[in-house]
Amino acid sequence: MQDLGIQVLFQGTNFLRLCGGIWVSLRIALVSMLASILLGILLGSIMTSKNKIIRFICRIYLEIVRIMPQLVLLFLVYFGAAKHLGMDISGELSAVIVFTFWGAAEMGDLVRSALISISIHQYESGYALGMTKKQVFMRVIIPQTIRRLIPSAMNLLTRMIKTTSLVVLIGVVEVVKVGKQVIDANRYTTPDAAIWIYGVIFLMYFAICFPFSKATSILERRLKD
Amino acid sequence: MKKRLLSIILGITVGLGALTGCASSSSSSSASSPVGAQAKARTLEEIKSDGKIKIGVFSDKNPFGYVDSDGNIQGYDVYFAKRIGKDLLGSEEAVEFVYVEAASRVEYLQSGKVDVILANFTVTEERSEKVDFALPYMKVALGVVSPDAAPITEVEALKDKNLIVVKGTTAETYFTEQHPEIKLVKYDEYQEAYDALLDGRGDAFATDNTEALAWSNQNEGFSTTIGSIGNIDSIAPAVQKGNTELLNWINDEIKALADESFFHAAYEATLLPVYGDTIDPENLVVEGGVIE
Repeated sequence: MQDLGIQVLFQGTNFLRLCGGIWVSLRIALVSMLASILLGILLGSIMTSKNKIIRFICRIYLEIVRIMPQLVLLFLVYFGAAKHLGMDISGELSAVIVFTFWGAAEMGDLVRSALISISIHQYESGYALGMTKKQVFMRVIIPQTIRRLIPSAMNLLTRMIKTTSLVVLIGVVEVVKVGKQVIDANRYTTPDAAIWIYGVIFLMYFAICFPFSKATSILERRLKD
Repeated sequence: MKKRLLSIILGITVGLGALTGCASSSSSSSASSPVGAQAKARTLEEIKSDGKIKIGVFSDKNPFGYVDSDGNIQGYDVYFAKRIGKDLLGSEEAVEFVYVEAASRVEYLQSGKVDVILANFTVTEERSEKVDFALPYMKVALGVVSPDAAPITEVEALKDKNLIVVKGTTAETYFTEQHPEIKLVKYDEYQEAYDALLDGRGDAFATDNTEALAWSNQNEGFSTTIGSIGNIDSIAPAVQKGNTELLNWINDEIKALADESFFHAAYEATLLPVYGDTIDPENLVVEGGVIE
């Protein structure tokens, strides 16, 4: 009986389909993360601005992202845009849009807090040494900011990878959905396949998230020197 | 400053909330049309000139719509979907399958993401206000499973017996309201209920007849002895509200297919292997959209 469940994994193209599913999750998360980092750095620098109105607008954006569940945003972009604006956006593109919208805000806030966490005498020491404003930023502030950003940015990325399991609700077939399909196709012949399939999905998520956290700690150590 | 910030944020979220509200339930808040905002569905002509029809099916509801181990979509609904592709556009390959979730089937139609939903869609009054249902091609009711050693073939035989039901199902509601003389043994989970039946903690088990059939076919010594009682629900294809042309075409198709007993063939190809031959297909299959 023990090997009955696991054999489902090797029937037909089941395992390959699961791998395809995790690739869909990873692809959405990576593309969104890349866009989020770029937009987030920009947004983060804007957020440290002294202009009250700019800070206020940024604040509203951040609050909206925090208040709205990602699922609502996904439905808004996928179904809402088609119904109200007549824009037919594919499921995967909707997911990237929503995740970037979310990621850019979170990333922006991380960049902002990393920037303001660097104490004023770091700037002043730089100026005292005769560095220009640009030099201070490039050589003193940015390297320290990046080091402070890495752990939280990686945390955001792994959160994003895990949140991709929501996109099934807008018709994107990712790894959890493939798993459900495999389990259900064998519901009558192999009822105990579920534990094996979910076990494999667990290992797959681990396999893609672990290298990122490993890379984080290596990077952190290297940047310390 | 702080107060103003708060009120603006509140205003924006309420605005967005209202927007999502009608996106997810198409409430009556929009006055312009009775069903709320919806994207324009493709007409029959547009589908024909495109050469592809988008049909929403389940991909994890065996045996109605599921993906086999080679990654191909199969099932009773899919069997019909392929026939629609063949008769409308000349090829089974002309069907573009969209895998939908139960909760968002109405949304898919309203946003025009699919042309037809063929996902085990039970006709209800509430749904009929939002989408247009075609003629039914299947019906479901309740079924009763009992051991072969002591079969229960009619509801009268259940008097003073213990009938197992799962809490919150239509079976519980039906027997509580219509047959108070039957003693119900209630469980939270299907698995517990099945275990109770296997252990003999009840004389029979009542649930949806499709579920009952599939289970009794897999378990030696048990049969679905009552194949259809209670309210009959019909299952039908659905199109976007107001897409009359496509709706009429599907209705004509269903009527025409009755001549060749198409849905009986579909039953034999997809449901028989799961439900077994102990049950009369007439309990499930509807030909020509007519429920007797």
